[in-house]
Amino acid sequence: MITVEHLTRRYGDFTALDDVSFECRPGRVTGFLGPNGAGKTTTMRILVGLTAASSGIARIGGHRYGDLPNPGRHVGVLLDAGAQHGGRTGREILTLGALSMGLPRTRVDEMLHLVSLSGEESTRRLRHYSLGMKQRLGIAHALLGDPRVLILDEPANGLDPAGIRWMRGLLKGYADRGGTVLLSSHLLNEVELIADEMILIGRGRILAQGDKQSLLASRAAGAAGRSGSSTTATSLDDDRLVAVLRERGIAAVRGPGGVSASGASVEVGRAAAEHGIVLIDLRAVEGGLEDLFLELTADTQREASSYPPPPAGPQGGSR
Amino acid sequence: MSSTHPTLDLGATEATPLSRLVQVELRKAVDTVASFWLVAAIAVLIVIVEGGLLLVVLLQDGESSAGDYAFFASYITAVVLPVLAIMLVTSEWTQRTAMVTFALEPRRGRVLLAKYLTGIVLTLVAVLVAVVVGLGCALVCQVVQPDLTTFDLGWRFLGGFVITQVLAMSLGFALACLLLNTPAAIVVFVAYRVIPVSVFGVLAVSFETFADVRPWIDFEYAQGPLYDLSVSGSEWGQLLTAGALWLGLPLVLGVLRILRAEVK
Repeated sequence: MITVEHLTRRYGDFTALDDVSFECRPGRVTGFLGPNGAGKTTTMRILVGLTAASSGIARIGGHRYGDLPNPGRHVGVLLDAGAQHGGRTGREILTLGALSMGLPRTRVDEMLHLVSLSGEESTRRLRHYSLGMKQRLGIAHALLGDPRVLILDEPANGLDPAGIRWMRGLLKGYADRGGTVLLSSHLLNEVELIADEMILIGRGRILAQGDKQSLLASRAAGAAGRSGSSTTATSLDDDRLVAVLRERGIAAVRGPGGVSASGASVEVGRAAAEHGIVLIDLRAVEGGLEDLFLELTADTQREASSYPPPPAGPQGGSR
Repeated sequence: MSSTHPTLDLGATEATPLSRLVQVELRKAVDTVASFWLVAAIAVLIVIVEGGLLLVVLLQDGESSAGDYAFFASYITAVVLPVLAIMLVTSEWTQRTAMVTFALEPRRGRVLLAKYLTGIVLTLVAVLVAVVVGLGCALVCQVVQPDLTTFDLGWRFLGGFVITQVLAMSLGFALACLLLNTPAAIVVFVAYRVIPVSVFGVLAVSFETFADVRPWIDFEYAQGPLYDLSVSGSEWGQLLTAGALWLGLPLVLGVLRILRAEVK
């Protein structure tokens, strides 16, 4: 539904976007992931015609955004929740949007209800809104015209965990009804929670794209033997499990949370089964995607790569 | 890339009509705290000035016409109208709402046209208010001292007022497009109306030959005959050349700037 082909944007000598191509399909939430300044926002701004591309073309449903009649009815856009007049109330902002798109005023109340902004909150002026409330209002504004496509820049920014869960439900439901969603984030956790597919971008270039499984699979194939996948396991006899794994050439250590093995979970399970060790818990370490993200963007991160990588495990998230 | 590209069906959607864009811009012009107080301040000022004027006329048994009162009311609004026109454009950039506005109507020229038409509507409303205030004050005088009062509005003057106000509003609009910053546009607007006309005045006195050139390049001077609608002959040409220089040029440059700008 969204097709971006060979998009390039230069500012003088600086190349903000370098031959970016991707596609977003209906029924899917596509996450656009990359560190700050990677080109996510520039791409989205070109998509909706606020910035001109140096070369390449971006189309939505086969059309240039600028050619869409009354585009708010087709594409819901939220680029910056703060880009609204601070002196207007939330309700007034939605009313202006509804007026502009030619929608009945009842739509304003429906949207306020959808994003859980109460009647009192909706009559407050925007400058008194928290970031989370601004994001909710921005999402309400994007959904006003009942569009088929949503383009959201950092929509989860400023939302609390409950808010992020709410948005995941909202966007999943929207995609299940056939909608197309492109949302950006610099936080892997957010995208991982919300998106079905991911596009990784760094320094204006697309680094990888696909769904979570295929991203990890392609990495495993590309980096076979280098680091591989890792697994944690707990059994009734952890010491023996470690010994058995080492026998098979799988590095393993016993830690407070069980056995950490640098092998696929299927290998660990098989080793345990063959030696009759009872496994209580067996799972692939979920840090895989984060490692991939950091690996792919390592030379594009602002922080010098001499920094040690963040610790793995459930607490190792980038929040 | 997959072979099937889902498309958006645009058949049932019509482009946003210009009238609706004007409606939106009119609402935006008056729905913020700042614009509310601006309008409220004008209203209070008009009440004070007209009330004072009425008091003086009645106490001194002076002659007055509806046109006199309308003149003062329109003079007050005249100060504020260009500021409103400036804010119509600049607030989109200082408050960053241009991102939303141009996302909802990517044909930026139409948004600008709607804003300009909104400026004209506001000008006409201001004149209408002046006429109503003028007639209202004249009515009071009529009751108290019927012999000294006329309801003559001075239509020639009002007509000239509408035209010069639209020009002033256009200038504010043009400078706003060019500078995209409220205080800068207001300062330049005021300087624009005071400095060139003074410089040209001095030059015209100092150099006799310049006195012949002046009407062709001095926009304020060229607008002189417009105030009572007494423009004739070569004065039309002078309005055109001076207007092109002082109004046309910044307007074209300003509009081009907005059409091409990266909206942030």
